[in-house]
Amino acid sequence: MTLAATAAHLAPDTTAAAGSHGLLVTTAAESHGFLSPTGVEIAFLLVGLVTFGAAIVTVTTKQLVHAALWLVVTLGGLAVEYLLLTAEFIAWVQVLIYVGSVVVLLLFGLMLTKAPIGRSPDADSGNRWAALTVAVAAAGALVWVVVDAFRTTWIDLDGPAAGSTEATGASLFQNWVLPFEALSVLLLAALVGAIVLSRKTKAETSSPHVNSRAATGGSPSVPDSRNHPIGRNEPTEGTASAEGTASVQGTASAEGTTSAEQEGAR
Amino acid sequence: MHLAYPAVLSALLFCTGLYGVLARRNAILVLMSVELMLNAVNLNLVAFDVWLSRTAEETLHSGQALTLFTIAIAAAEIGIGLAIVLAVYRNRGTSDIDRLRDSAEGPENHPDDGSDSDAPTADPAVRAGKAEATA
Repeated sequence: MTLAATAAHLAPDTTAAAGSHGLLVTTAAESHGFLSPTGVEIAFLLVGLVTFGAAIVTVTTKQLVHAALWLVVTLGGLAVEYLLLTAEFIAWVQVLIYVGSVVVLLLFGLMLTKAPIGRSPDADSGNRWAALTVAVAAAGALVWVVVDAFRTTWIDLDGPAAGSTEATGASLFQNWVLPFEALSVLLLAALVGAIVLSRKTKAETSSPHVNSRAATGGSPSVPDSRNHPIGRNEPTEGTASAEGTASVQGTASAEGTTSAEQEGAR
Repeated sequence: MHLAYPAVLSALLFCTGLYGVLARRNAILVLMSVELMLNAVNLNLVAFDVWLSRTAEETLHSGQALTLFTIAIAAAEIGIGLAIVLAVYRNRGTSDIDRLRDSAEGPENHPDDGSDSDAPTADPAVRAGKAEATA
């Protein structure tokens, strides 16, 4: 820290003309202090605390639906962090896809697997303490390495935004066109895969005449099949159709958002 | 902004997701923890892209492009993952990972093999009963 500061003092004004990598880093180190955080850093720290706390609650709460709702707080906090890092396009894509579609899909999944609404005591498995040990050890190692590696590195947030829609779209469609198109093929494959996963098991579980009759339950040939209390066996038929709708909707919305990105980037 | 702030937050979020993947029992909660880990990687990508786009002459914006790709792949992954979890739930009647031990090996699994195989065998019986009741 002091070495970087003295180096920056020794080379005061030639850095703008030189413009090389190392000199710009020392210029950034000169104008920032390690123990005098700027307003952006304080905001980042506060939002980061909220995000981290929400993530902790997400992985520790006993109520399954509350875990999904705390995940919304975590993902929204991360969107705010992207905004603070001047990556506004990523922030809105995060809000659209994660908060808008992924969490809704997770809630659909919780609903369709009949997750208990209240407090479920067996949400954590027996190897909780081993998992906690591994996670704390990994966190300690990662934080130590990262702080030690980037101790004298500052991000320069002044000037035009690095992640505006114009910059992101220009780089995406100048340099990343082929991966972008390959990604659309991947989304199509995921769409087809979700449909196949939903339909194949439905065809398997539909035994010769029972479920085919249940599928056309409104037909007048079986008037009492709807009134029978256990005739509507939902693990086979109802879940199949509803789940097919959910997964298709999820991947379709993801693909729709990608095409929206495409148009927004133009 | 000091680069350590987003890097440390990303490391902590990743380890939170790691704990969730290892400690959770419901498959959908494990998927949520995987989403947390992917988001931690995204935060790292964005932070380093903003840093490198100013410091070095890096004009590809590779970090943000890769973040977009990661988000799209995560959306596809959650769709396929939920489809698999729901298929397992439909066949087994549970989405509890600890009870899906069909591919487990080793002699220590045989004592509770009876209680484990109860659920898959009991479930088709119940379903057959329901099917007969429907017929």
